[in-house]
Amino acid sequence: MADARTFFNEMLDETGGSRQPYSRLADWLGDKPPNFLTKKSRDAETIFRRLGITFAVYGAEEATERLIPFDPIPRIISASEWRRLSAGIDQRVRALNAFMHDIYHRQEILRAGRIPADLILQNEAFLPEMAGFTPARKVYAHIIGTDLVRVSENEFYVLEDNTRTPSGVSYMLENRETMMRLFPELFQTHRVAPVEQYPELLRRTLESVAPDPAKSAQTVVVLTPGIYNSAYFEHAFLADSMGVELVEGRDLFVDAGKVFMRTTRDPKQVDVIYRRIDDAFLDPLTFNPDSMLGVPGLFDAYRAGNVTICNAPGTGIADDKAIYAYVPDIIEFYTGQKPILNNVPTWNCSRPDDLAYVLDNLQDIVVKEVHGSGGYGMLIGPTASKREIAEFRKVLETNPSNYIAQPTLALSACPTHVASGVAPRHVDLRPFVLIGDQVRITPGGLTRVALKKGSLVVNSSQGGGTKDTWVLED
Amino acid sequence: MLGRTASSLFWMSRYHERAQNVTKLLEVAYRGAIMSHTGQEHGTHWTFALACSGCDSDFNERYDELNLRNVVSFMVFSKDNPVSVRNSLELARNNARAVRTGITAELWEAINTTWIDFADVNPQTITQEKLPDFLAWANQRSHLFRGALLNTILRDDGYFFSQMGNFVERADNTVRILNTQYYSLLPDNDIVDDGSMERYQWSAILRALSGRRSYRFAYPNARLKAFNIAEFLILRREMPRSLAHCYHWLADTAEDLGQFYGSREPSLDMAGEISRSLTETQMREIYQEGLHEFLIDFIGRNNLFAQKLSEDYNFA
Repeated sequence: MADARTFFNEMLDETGGSRQPYSRLADWLGDKPPNFLTKKSRDAETIFRRLGITFAVYGAEEATERLIPFDPIPRIISASEWRRLSAGIDQRVRALNAFMHDIYHRQEILRAGRIPADLILQNEAFLPEMAGFTPARKVYAHIIGTDLVRVSENEFYVLEDNTRTPSGVSYMLENRETMMRLFPELFQTHRVAPVEQYPELLRRTLESVAPDPAKSAQTVVVLTPGIYNSAYFEHAFLADSMGVELVEGRDLFVDAGKVFMRTTRDPKQVDVIYRRIDDAFLDPLTFNPDSMLGVPGLFDAYRAGNVTICNAPGTGIADDKAIYAYVPDIIEFYTGQKPILNNVPTWNCSRPDDLAYVLDNLQDIVVKEVHGSGGYGMLIGPTASKREIAEFRKVLETNPSNYIAQPTLALSACPTHVASGVAPRHVDLRPFVLIGDQVRITPGGLTRVALKKGSLVVNSSQGGGTKDTWVLED
Repeated sequence: MLGRTASSLFWMSRYHERAQNVTKLLEVAYRGAIMSHTGQEHGTHWTFALACSGCDSDFNERYDELNLRNVVSFMVFSKDNPVSVRNSLELARNNARAVRTGITAELWEAINTTWIDFADVNPQTITQEKLPDFLAWANQRSHLFRGALLNTILRDDGYFFSQMGNFVERADNTVRILNTQYYSLLPDNDIVDDGSMERYQWSAILRALSGRRSYRFAYPNARLKAFNIAEFLILRREMPRSLAHCYHWLADTAEDLGQFYGSREPSLDMAGEISRSLTETQMREIYQEGLHEFLIDFIGRNNLFAQKLSEDYNFA
């Protein structure tokens, strides 16, 4: 593990020269007048605002739609780096799908004692309703966003697997479009692997898991909670770019075990639902009875094999933070191979020994809620004040099993446009993976960047920004 | 197409049309107010705008004084006034957002930019001097919306539903303005000489419906007469805000929608019937039956048509 006070700079090596993938970009940046990036940033903001590429911030009373700050300097990954990353991601998503099939069927991995049975069976994310049901092609998580961080030239760690309803892919696509408008000249000097095929591949993936794949025309829909959801723009964007309907729960109904949408004419049967609402809200008859967002009877239609829901209900078990520590075992168990990508060593605070260590080392480590997301409810020891640490300690001692802890990773940094010019800022990477008839990984992904100096929190809800991510072709 | 999508396209257009209509009413009231000198007369112009948009009693409950600041605050910026420009623009945009996939990028940008720029305006800065420019801006944005829609949207069911919303609202606006002012349009008023009280009222009605100049072309001697004004705004199809024009458009749209779907629902026939009845009616007959009665009846028929349409096509 790298020392927390130093970090890997993706553009500059120790001597101040530029690393190979960044050599042309570094020259280009060096030639630009001081205000160049400021102006380009403003242009980018205008584009995003006009297109309505916004996300909602919870808790803000007015102006709930905000822009995610966009950094105009691309993050660059070489072809060979990408090959290794994508092989590791491929291995991981296959193993996770095999794992879900197993725990919802024979539970071999529990019988073999590789994971404590309680951790699965008592887990809120485990859906007993899915037991014994086999989704099309045995795929549970069709869309996965694997969160990665880099700590050195050759070390990448997986932070989270995001097997529920990962978001951010619309930013990957719009960031690229915006960059092509802002800096056409850079695309002439770099062979950047395209990402624009993503919507088409998403549609192909969804069609490939339809209940009856032989049917000549599949009706695919995107199911959204509605315009007030934080990721609504993305839902609309994906439906639009796939050429399918964007529906809300009230647009769908179940009749005789089949799902239909209400149209201006006759009801139309739906084959595949790419849902962007959580399990609990899918079907008020099976799950949360108060859900206004779901479709009564949907789960029964699903279990009857008349409609495919993507991702499948119950996939949350594969990105549960308590399960995360076992993913290396999961990979070995189902693929017989060593994991290609590293897992971050994780202390499970429900274990007394682990808890004791965590409490002794709060100032050096990161503590996260097991079911938390979006950067809420976490402690980053090295940047927290004494008071914050003391307060967090109380919370942690009250309910230890709600937390896991990890060493603070020295996230790599990329050149970023800031008030004083260009400076390194810490980044992570979320590539997007599609799993259906094939595993398809779009080269690139969403790079999130912590805009505050020294900050390691990249979440947009906490003031993080995004960058276009370039995978160079050989 | 989803029933909800049809509904959103209908309401997107309807709310945008409503925003423009309220803007026009304010332009007329402002013009009247700055030209009049006595306090009492001054107030009647604002009353005209409030009454025509149907929010006069709501206004009176909330404000003690009838003046520019209060009227603008209520009719343009208020969240409590269901027909304020602000609420219409926001609802238009929310409906557009709900069907983001069903509209073009140009149309979305027109709607979205209008809302963003509008939301940026500090109501305190819209003083008497700034009001005309601000209203002209809002009016131009509505034209941009409609232009973007007509120039870019595919002529499929989505387009037809958007036209339905647009012209149902326009007909509603015209008929309500006429009804609020119907007493000034009774033919007896023609006896009064030029320079009368009514001349002012007539001129305001025509301006609110963008017909002050075109009236002169439609009626060669250009003299303002109650009979002619009523005929112009009810029966003359070439006047783009007349009831006849609105229903001519709605009937054509109904025809197209029926062909597009290959079958007709009862509401489509209703549009045709209303349009035909306007074509076959003479202004003289309307006066004989009673102008007020005709207008009240028309408000009801127009509402019924919108309601039947939403039922026939599963508006959510």
